[in-house]
Amino acid sequence: MNVFDIIGPVMIGPSSSHTAGAVRIGRIAGALLGETAVKAEIGLHGSFAKTYKGHGTDKALVAGIMGMEPSDGRIRQSLVLANRQGMEISFYEMHIDGAHPNTALIALTGRSGKNISLEGASIGGGNIRIHKVNGMEVDISGAATTFIILHNDTPGAIAAVTQFLAGQNINIGSFRLSRRQKGGLAVMTLEVDSPVSTQLNQDLERLPNIISSTVLAPQ
Amino acid sequence: MIHYLSVNGLVQAAVLQSCRISDLVLAQQAEQLEQTPEKVYETMAQSLSVMRQAVIDGTYPDLRSTSGLTGGAAFKMKCSVDDGKNICGKMFGSAMVKALAVSELNAAMGKIVAAPTAGSCGIIPAAVLTMQEEHRISDDTAVRALFTASAIGMVIAQNASISGAEGGCQAECGSASAMAAAALVEMAGGTPQQVSHACAIALKNILGLVCDPVAGLVEIPCIKRNAMGTANAFVAAELALAGIESAIPADEVIIAMKRIGDSLPVSLKETADGGLADTPTARKLQEQVFGKQE
Repeated sequence: MNVFDIIGPVMIGPSSSHTAGAVRIGRIAGALLGETAVKAEIGLHGSFAKTYKGHGTDKALVAGIMGMEPSDGRIRQSLVLANRQGMEISFYEMHIDGAHPNTALIALTGRSGKNISLEGASIGGGNIRIHKVNGMEVDISGAATTFIILHNDTPGAIAAVTQFLAGQNINIGSFRLSRRQKGGLAVMTLEVDSPVSTQLNQDLERLPNIISSTVLAPQ
Repeated sequence: MIHYLSVNGLVQAAVLQSCRISDLVLAQQAEQLEQTPEKVYETMAQSLSVMRQAVIDGTYPDLRSTSGLTGGAAFKMKCSVDDGKNICGKMFGSAMVKALAVSELNAAMGKIVAAPTAGSCGIIPAAVLTMQEEHRISDDTAVRALFTASAIGMVIAQNASISGAEGGCQAECGSASAMAAAALVEMAGGTPQQVSHACAIALKNILGLVCDPVAGLVEIPCIKRNAMGTANAFVAAELALAGIESAIPADEVIIAMKRIGDSLPVSLKETADGGLADTPTARKLQEQVFGKQE
């Protein structure tokens, strides 16, 4: 804990969990899509479903999808701004058994037709956890530099990534793997100890059997 | 090396080195964050600027919250002060304006600094900025006082809580008020011991306050409790600066707050199930904002 956990963060109100945390979940979904979203379908569970209008959780999630930070003054107008850039947005209430009360399920379609989905929870004080990417289990807090790598479940795919990172002198702090079915789509998430350049990530993306790689800067 | 385990520990360290609590905190935080003291100071100075801007933005007459339940109170208070009609004098009146402005801006999705939380974000800016204006205190002293306030907040967070869901409103507005009282004493040139007494007195006055937000929103009664927390910070600082001591030391008050928070029922800890949130009017307002719930 440090002084800026106590006096801070600078944020758009009214609630660190229902507003600031929601922006962060949206940002990760937007980064994962990696292009301008033309369609966003957002499911809300628990307290998010019941109180999102009063807390501006809807505006916060969309602002995040558009790449805004929790302190961005445009969050209040995000729905209008998204509409203006042609993003079709819908919200629905849902129930996920055992999910954290502040959970959102975001499905995005990009300009090129790319689809992603992400399930995340705002767990208090603006902190978040991403639990699922494209239906596969992950566990991302966003506190460290994080890779989300979609790949084919095939021998050598993981070794190629870890060898590549070792060659770049990047140390891996945590590693997690999940797959839809044997030989199908899989996702690895890696937290690393140093910042990563766009170029490095593009090089990683060119490795065999890698479908896409997204790097999240720590937040 | 200082720790944030007790208020007494901070006081003793400052007395030993004949310096302000903030001097120790700034140096230690630079080390902990692996940044230069200048950089750490600059980040806090930026927060003070955001607070100052929030007061301006929050005093706008047509400001309304996202739910439509609140807004415009800061402007009304400002008119009263500007017209010389408020009964407690200009300084107290303008402190109320600031507390309401920042809290109302938060509810209206404006930019604020969580201090320590978004729900209690009006208290520290109101106390520090009013003290600065009325006593012509430098920005430097104000920024440093925020480090002292943060140190008190860290001690409370480690020994009790700064979250309404865990400890009730005493943990949010109570902590903010104690932090603000500490900042005021340091800004006024008080001793580290007086900082500790102000913190104890402020917290004692808010012990037991429950978190019962109407419709679960950070608006009613939170906004007015920010005004109350600010007034309480000035009362506590004023008493401590006059040499009045708290019979119960700050660290014991913090432990009492923790125990009280633990014994509060869940319905009074940010669930909007009890207290003011469960009054007929609150239920009506809830329906007005969210429609009928099953």
